[in-house]
Amino acid sequence: MESLTFRHTTRKPLPGSVPNAITGVVASGNLEILLERVLAPDACEVAIETPIAGYGDVWEAVVADFVARAQPGGLRISINDGGARPDTVSLRLLQGARLMEA
Amino acid sequence: MTEWRGERRARDARIAAGRAHATGKVVPAVAVVDLLEAILRPGDRVCLEGDNQKQADCLARGLSACDPGKIHDLHMVQSGIVLPEHLDVFETGIAKRLDYSYSGPQGARIAKMLYGGQIELGAVHTYLELFARYFVDLTPNVALIAGVSADREGNLYTGPNTEDTPTVVEATAFKNGVVVAQVNEIVDRVPRVDIPGDRVDFVVEADRPFYVEPLFTRDPAAMTETQILIAMMAIKGIYAEYGIRRLNHGIGFGTAAIELLLPTYGEKLGLKGKIATHWALNPHPTLIPAIESGWVKQVHCFGSEVGMDRYIRERPDIFFTGADGSLRSNRAFCQTAGLYACDMFIGATLQIDLSGHSSTITQSRVAGFGGAPNMGSDPHGRRHPSDAWMKAGREGQIVGDPALMRGRKLVVQLVETFGDKLVPTFVEQLDALELARKIGLELAPVMIYADDVTHIVTEEGIANLLLCRDVDEREQAIRGVAGYTAVGRGRDRAKVEELRARGIIRRPEDLGIEPLDADRALLAAKSIKDLVHWSGGLYEPPAKFRNW
Amino acid sequence: MAGDRSARPDPGSLSWYEATARQRVAALADPGSVREFLPPTERRMSPHLPLFDLPRAFDDGIMVGEATLDGAPVLIAAQEGRFMGGAFGEIHGAKLVGLLRVALELKPKVVLILFDTGGVRLQEANAGETAVAETMRAIVDVRAAGIPVIGLIGGRAGCYGGGGLVAGTCSRLAVSEGGRISVSGPEVIETNKGAEEFDSRDRALVWRTMGGKHRRLTGGADAFCADTVSAFRRAALDLIGRAPAFDLDTLEAEQARLEDRIARFGDCRDATDIWRRLGVNDPEAVPAMDTDAFDATVARAREIDHDAR
Repeated sequence: MESLTFRHTTRKPLPGSVPNAITGVVASGNLEILLERVLAPDACEVAIETPIAGYGDVWEAVVADFVARAQPGGLRISINDGGARPDTVSLRLLQGARLMEA
Repeated sequence: MTEWRGERRARDARIAAGRAHATGKVVPAVAVVDLLEAILRPGDRVCLEGDNQKQADCLARGLSACDPGKIHDLHMVQSGIVLPEHLDVFETGIAKRLDYSYSGPQGARIAKMLYGGQIELGAVHTYLELFARYFVDLTPNVALIAGVSADREGNLYTGPNTEDTPTVVEATAFKNGVVVAQVNEIVDRVPRVDIPGDRVDFVVEADRPFYVEPLFTRDPAAMTETQILIAMMAIKGIYAEYGIRRLNHGIGFGTAAIELLLPTYGEKLGLKGKIATHWALNPHPTLIPAIESGWVKQVHCFGSEVGMDRYIRERPDIFFTGADGSLRSNRAFCQTAGLYACDMFIGATLQIDLSGHSSTITQSRVAGFGGAPNMGSDPHGRRHPSDAWMKAGREGQIVGDPALMRGRKLVVQLVETFGDKLVPTFVEQLDALELARKIGLELAPVMIYADDVTHIVTEEGIANLLLCRDVDEREQAIRGVAGYTAVGRGRDRAKVEELRARGIIRRPEDLGIEPLDADRALLAAKSIKDLVHWSGGLYEPPAKFRNW
Repeated sequence: MAGDRSARPDPGSLSWYEATARQRVAALADPGSVREFLPPTERRMSPHLPLFDLPRAFDDGIMVGEATLDGAPVLIAAQEGRFMGGAFGEIHGAKLVGLLRVALELKPKVVLILFDTGGVRLQEANAGETAVAETMRAIVDVRAAGIPVIGLIGGRAGCYGGGGLVAGTCSRLAVSEGGRISVSGPEVIETNKGAEEFDSRDRALVWRTMGGKHRRLTGGADAFCADTVSAFRRAALDLIGRAPAFDLDTLEAEQARLEDRIARFGDCRDATDIWRRLGVNDPEAVPAMDTDAFDATVARAREIDHDAR
C-alpha cells in the first residue's frame, strides 16, 4: 500500500455546514472518500491509501484540479482507493464536495 | 492450343473424387476427413468459413485431422481466425500462407506464430478488402462453409447468421471452385433458401451444431458513470450537433450506453426522430429500448446476435427478414452500407497517438481489423449529400470552388482516457509500430488512420479534429481531452484553452452537461433483465448473462 | 453521515441490487432517522488487510446503527457486498455481534440484517469464522428475548458461506429474484465436484438452484420482493408481524420439515423437478415470471409458508 498526502490552501471555505460525508465503495476500480469539515477554512488536506504504487504524480494532478475547481476549504478528505481510474477519482471528489455543500 | 477449360476439368475431377464419400451430395460427419482429402490439392487456396459469429467448426476439425503428407501448403483466405483449429493447420504444415481480417481470440497465438515463421502472412485485411480480393486474386479453390440446415439438393438455410456465406460462395462456386457446407441438420425442405443448391457441392451433417459466441451483448449492469458521461457528451455534442440519422456503432460499452440513453436523455433533449433512425448494426440487445420507444426506423445487420432471434422475428418493420420470418444478415452488404450510406461511425479503440492514429493492437496480440476501418473511413467514392456530411465537409474546409465542395464522413473515437488496470489510452507511439517491427510486417496494423478521424470523445471532453488547422493544433486538441494520462498532462495549457475558446475542444460544461448528472438512473435499462422486459419477453439472453 | 441523508434516492425506484449498503439503509428506514454506530469517521478498519497489501474500508464493509421503521425503533446492519464480497472480517463481525448484543438492552421492535456476503474473509478467516459463530449465538439470544431478527437478501454477493448459516438462524427472510442463499457457492461446488455436477458459469442453473425464487418456493425464504428498496421495506414490515415463536416446538418443526424435504425431493436432479412436485404447473416458466405472476404461483402452492423454515 502507498500512502500519499497533499495539502492545499484554498481561496475560500467550502459552502455549507455538513460536518462529514462519505461516498463510494472500496471495490475494484472504485474508491471511497470520507470528507470531514475539521480544518481551518482555507486549508484542505487529501490523504490517500492506494494499493497501486507509482501514480503519485497523477494523484497530485487530480487533487490539484479538484481543489482549484471546488475550493474545498476546511475539509480533510481521506481516500481508500481500490485502484480507481483518475476520472473516477475526480467524479467521486466532486460528488463528495456536493454532499458537504448540501 | 490454349487450354480454356482446365480449371473446370480439375473442379469436376475433385467433385468426382469427393462423391465416393457421399450419398448424392450428403456426407456423414465421420467421412469429413476422407472427403476433404479427396477434394483438396496441395497449395490450394481455401476459405474455411470463420465469421464474426458463425464457425464452420466441424469442417475445421476435419481439416486439421487431414494427413499433412497428402494435404499441405494450403493458402488460407478467410475473414476470421477464431478457433484453435484455424491455427493448428499451420503447425502441422497443412497450411502455409494466410490472408485474413480478424483474429480476436487467437490474436496472441497468431502473433507468436508469425514471429516464429510458422505462418507466411499475405496481409491483415479489412472485411470488404478481403471480400474484394476473393474476386480478383484470392479466389478460393475450395470453400468450407456453415449453415443451419440443408436439403439433399444442397439448398442451404444459413439461419440469422448469414454473414460472409453468400460472398464466399459467390467467389468460389462461379470460378470453378468446390463448395462444402456443414449444417446442423438435413431437412426435406429448408425454411428459406439463402444459398441455392446448385452452388453447393457437398453437404456435411455436422456432429454438433456450429458454435456462436454472443459478441454484441453488453450488460447494462456493468456500465459506469464515466461511460454514461461520455455517452451524454456524444449525444449532445455530436449526434444532435450534426443531426446524425444514419450510423454505425462499435461494440464497446460507450456506444451501448448511447443506445440506452436515447429513450431517456435523448428524449429529454427532444431528439427523437432527428437522430439515430437508420442503422448498419448487429442486433444489439441494448438497442431494444430505443426500438421499442420508436426511435429506430430500420436496422441492417452484418450478422445476428445470440438470443435476439425471436425478438427480430416479431419486428420485421425494423429488421431485414426472410419469407420464413428470421433475420437475413449479410456482412458484405452491411459493410458497404456502413461505408457509403452512413454519415457516422462511432466506436472505441485501445490506443490513440498524438496525431490521432488508433490501434487495437497491443505488443503481444495481432487482433486484426474486422470491419471497423471500412466504416471508420471517409469514402471518397461517396456522391450523395446529407446535412451531416456537408457540415463536416465545411468544418474540414474541403473547399476551393464551392461548386466542387464535397462532404465528409464523421469518424468518432469514443474512449475513456484509461483502460483496464490503469493502462493509458493515449500514447506517444502506438504499440502497433513496435509489433510490426518485431514480426516484420510491412504495414503497421493501424485500425483507423489519423486523417479519417474527425472527433475524439473522452470523459474530459470532445476534440473536433476537423477544425484543427495544423499539426500542432491537432496534437494539443488530442492532449486536451487525454485526461490525466502522460499525454494529457503534457499539454500546453494556454494552447488548450485557446482551442476551447474556438470550440475545437468542448468540455462537459461547454455543452451544458453537469458531470455529476451522469447517473445510472439515466439508463433506459440497468440490467439484462430490464432488456428482456423492454422486449416483452422476446429477447432470450444466453445463460452467462442471466441472474435469475 | 451526509452520504446517507442527502443522497436519499426514491425508495420506490432504487434498485436494491444496485444500491450500496448505505443507500439501502438510508432509503429503507424512515427519512432522517438513521443514527450510525461506529461511523466511518471513527475509522475502525481491519488490522489484517494491510499485511496483505489490500485496501481497507472505513467501516470494514458493514454499517450498523439504529433507526425507525414506520415510527418504531429498529436496529439495522447492512453488509457492503462490493467491498471484499461483503465478507466477515474481525471488525466487520464484531460490529454485527455488538449490534445484536445491544439489542438485548435497547429492545428494538426488530433487528434487520441486510445480508450481502460471500462468507468469511479469507485474509482473516479465524476471526471471521469466530464472528459467524458469535453472530449465530447472539441471534439466538435476541430471538429468545422475543425480538425478531429479519434478514433481507437481494445484493450482488448473495448470502453465502457463514452468511448462509447466519441467515438460517433468523426469524424470517425476505429475498428478491437477484438474491441468492446458500452455503457453498457455485465456484466452490464446481471446484470440489466438477463442472458435470455443477457448472458455475451456467448462471441460469445457479439462480435456479440458489436464487430467490427457488428459496421462496421451497420455503427457505418467507417473502419474495421486487428489486426495489420500498418492496423490501414493505416485506420487512409485514414479516415483523409474522415472526414465529422461538421455542422447542418451532425447532422440532424445523427439524421435521428438513427431514421431510429430503424425503420428498432428495432424488430430484434439478430445481424444476422440485417445483413440479410442489404443484407448479409450468416449472420452466418460473425464472421468467415477473413478481406478480410469481406471487400468484407461490399463493397456489399453499404449503410453502410455514413457521418452520
